[in-house]
Amino acid sequence: MNRIISYIKTFALWELLKGLSVTQRNFFRKPITLEYPEEKTPQSPRFRGLHALRRYPNGEERCIACKLCEAVCPALAITIESDVGNDGTRRTTRYDIDLFKCIYCGFCEEACPVDAIVETRIHEYHMESPGENIMTKDKLLAIGDKYDAMISADKAADAKYR
Amino acid sequence: MSDIINFLVGTWEALPPLVQYLATVVSKILLVAIVVILVVAFSTYFERKVIGRMQSRVGPNRVGPLGLGQPFADVIKLLIKEVIVPAKSNRFLFVIAPLLTLVPALAAWAVIPMNDWFVIADINAGLLYVLALTSLGVYGVILAGWATNSKYAFLGAMRSAAQIVAYEIAMGFALVGVLMAAGSLNLGDIVRAQGGGFTNWFLLPLLPLFLVYWISGVAETNRAPFDVAEGESEIVAGFHVEYSGVAFALFFLAEYANMVLISSLTAIFFLGGWASPFEGFAFLAPYGDMPLIGWIVAGGFPWLFIKIAFFMYTFFWLRATFPRYRYDQIMRLGWKVFIPISIIWIAVEGVMAWMHLGPWSGLTI
Repeated sequence: MNRIISYIKTFALWELLKGLSVTQRNFFRKPITLEYPEEKTPQSPRFRGLHALRRYPNGEERCIACKLCEAVCPALAITIESDVGNDGTRRTTRYDIDLFKCIYCGFCEEACPVDAIVETRIHEYHMESPGENIMTKDKLLAIGDKYDAMISADKAADAKYR
Repeated sequence: MSDIINFLVGTWEALPPLVQYLATVVSKILLVAIVVILVVAFSTYFERKVIGRMQSRVGPNRVGPLGLGQPFADVIKLLIKEVIVPAKSNRFLFVIAPLLTLVPALAAWAVIPMNDWFVIADINAGLLYVLALTSLGVYGVILAGWATNSKYAFLGAMRSAAQIVAYEIAMGFALVGVLMAAGSLNLGDIVRAQGGGFTNWFLLPLLPLFLVYWISGVAETNRAPFDVAEGESEIVAGFHVEYSGVAFALFFLAEYANMVLISSLTAIFFLGGWASPFEGFAFLAPYGDMPLIGWIVAGGFPWLFIKIAFFMYTFFWLRATFPRYRYDQIMRLGWKVFIPISIIWIAVEGVMAWMHLGPWSGLTI
């Protein structure tokens, strides 16, 4: 009996029609595509994108050249050189992040005792010539200055989970 | 205005009859060829949209409104690309193979009746002509695979040859059933035999043959799920692996022209071609003069177009649904399932016609 039923099903193309009905149902469903440049996925305040160096509100650099980020960096992307500055504090003279080496793990941000190095939400950036992948201290500080409001808001939003 | 028309009519009538005849035929051919090529162009767009929606994507929507410029962008891209001829290939055959695939696919349109009166060549052996031309297309595929001098292309060509030979037989037998039911080889007469509403179509009485013909048609055009001739995961692109630019575009055009051709043939053989499904319904007859209902009842090219569009949609639907058949399963399906089914149904049909049963009772044997 089962054999007869299976024969009938085979010749009625039963399984094939079931498969076709699945695709036909999906045809009437709304596409889930996000049309990227016009629409974007929501981002978390913890998003780990391009790096930035922050300053205190009085304009003083936060970074104290402790080199914890350099030590913790699993990809060895951070290079720091430091010296005593004019005001007698220790400051970095060089703070380079190689974006090609960086894996955006966020360990530098975790390691930093003064919240100087952070990863921002910026992820739509590009390089046009060799060498631009090295983020120098000036570039990092410039990003920090430009997106200060966004970085502070993200830090405040995440503070209660830390 | 009327002067111009009079002048044109006068000039036309002054032409010798042979020139008049040639001009009519050539303009008909151009009309059909251009429409077919446009339909082919937009069916690539249609395919990408349909498959996109079935996979919860949107499909092309960047070029022009709704992405309708996409086919033209694709064509221009292919036209400006270089045609690379492999060094150890047979140059002549390599170049002529795409043409050999394309020309039969377009030439077969000569006998397709678009409506009651428009057909380029109203020949009595139209069905034979169609069978001959659809099987000719495989030469292009085999020559392309052989002339390329590449293992992948050769494997693809071999697979394609075996597959098309297998399915051609089932297809031919399915058409024997159609010609028994219609009593004619002329495609226009086959459609006329199905006139008078969808109950007179050959779809229901010849349902097994319809399925055999349609599935064989999918296999014949090397479309998914029978696209082993160009199975990407196994043999890269099969017979057209070394083709680029315009030569590749011709293969592409031929594949889609064949799909449209198979769709229109299925519509003509089993779904009454240009005939309207509501033709001859008594309750619709009093409204025959009203514009919309009159058009629906009358039949004509729009109905053929709708049926072609439905079968094109089914092509894409199958492609979006089924994984590729294994090669030996394709052979098994062709030789051990389709050929017996079609032979049995032809026998059933013959017995029924002999006993004057069913829709063939008028047929004289």
